[in-house]
Amino acid sequence: MKKVAITLNINNRDVDMLVEPRKLLSDAIREDARLTGTHVGCEHGVCGACTVLVDGKPQRSCLTFAVQTQGKAITTIEAVKGNNDGYSALQQALHEEHGLQCGFCTPGIIVTFEAYLKENTNPTEDEIRDVLSGNLCRCTGYQNIIRAIQKAAAVMRGETPGAAK
Amino acid sequence: MKPAKFTYHTPDSLEAAFQLLGEYGDEAKIIAGGQSLIPVMNLRLAQPEHLIDINAINGLSQIREEGDIITIGALSRHREIETSALLKERLPLLPEAAMRIGHLAIRNRGTIGGSLSNADPAAEWSLMAFLMDADIEITSARGTRMADITDFIQSVYTSDLSADEILTAVKFPPIAPGEGWAVCRISRRAGDFAIVSVATTICLDTSGAIENLRLCIGGMDVTPVRISHVEHAAVGQMPNEAWIKSAAEVASGIGSPESDMHASAEYRREMAAHLTAEALREALKRCGGGA
Repeated sequence: MKKVAITLNINNRDVDMLVEPRKLLSDAIREDARLTGTHVGCEHGVCGACTVLVDGKPQRSCLTFAVQTQGKAITTIEAVKGNNDGYSALQQALHEEHGLQCGFCTPGIIVTFEAYLKENTNPTEDEIRDVLSGNLCRCTGYQNIIRAIQKAAAVMRGETPGAAK
Repeated sequence: MKPAKFTYHTPDSLEAAFQLLGEYGDEAKIIAGGQSLIPVMNLRLAQPEHLIDINAINGLSQIREEGDIITIGALSRHREIETSALLKERLPLLPEAAMRIGHLAIRNRGTIGGSLSNADPAAEWSLMAFLMDADIEITSARGTRMADITDFIQSVYTSDLSADEILTAVKFPPIAPGEGWAVCRISRRAGDFAIVSVATTICLDTSGAIENLRLCIGGMDVTPVRISHVEHAAVGQMPNEAWIKSAAEVASGIGSPESDMHASAEYRREMAAHLTAEALREALKRCGGGA
């Protein structure tokens, strides 16, 4: 099968690559752009580990072909950071609340909620659980992740955390 | 797993898409959001030789109301329907149903046209289309035709779409002011397809009797089913608990549900009764503009 030359904009950087049309965006990100922070789990849209932002919106990179994302802005976990290249509020909260153990699901969760918390700055626990249902975590039991997201939302609203229940 | 090889096409007009469909016929598959197609391609359950991506075609993603008909373009994403101000006001069942499709990342990409073309009987859009008697707009090089949803979705994964046709829009009537509505479902986990789902709309007259009822149930047969004898018999009835219970009993006897890995037939029948009662009570609470 003939490969096609495409340019993907990943984390504000244009990456040229030669790929077969069947190449999944997840594999193009990992193998061609050499950004391995995006993880590949189930490869059929269930686990959420491969979630990236396409034009600012969470999408499954295993359910998109790389050739389909030319001309779009792709954001991966590598671009998530806070001030002075430190942790973002969400990353810091996950660290403090022990919201990860093995870390396999974490990039997908962070990318999803970096976008979601911009859209909904004060989500209820039910809303957080509903969105988090798209990301499977086999270590934590989710409680600490939910606490971390609540804490991050509070910090991002400019409130003093600790009020998180 | 990884998908098998295919040739990728990106037509920028319907005419160009029809030409490709004419050329490749059964070897070609249309891709819109790809949230049902790419999983089965990754699992190699589908191996189309040609993939025709219609995302670059303009004019297929509008949501608009004209003369009491709401037209939703085939490329409208589930998330766009979920957040549409027009639909929240005129047809709030659709945003409510959209919320239950997959997960946020899936809804950002998946489309209503793709879902209906796929004709999964458990899909939210199948239930909504049967409930509201939606009309399906189908376009091909031969022209545009309209199909009633009951003619369009024929069985499990079987639609009335020919190899040279593309589903281009879905047309719904809005609900009336004061009309109550509800969408109830049961699934094992958030984001799963429903095991059983029930949707309803109820209009009451000034005396509080039922003026118009729509009642539709999914998961009991090869397509969603309108419970038309309950709908007809309801007109003029007072919607009390006895009536709700009798409707729920009829619902539990609908179709010929099968036992599978998700649920037994008996469980589906029990859930049909339970969800019907729940949906009717919820819809009645909303009648007359109540929340």
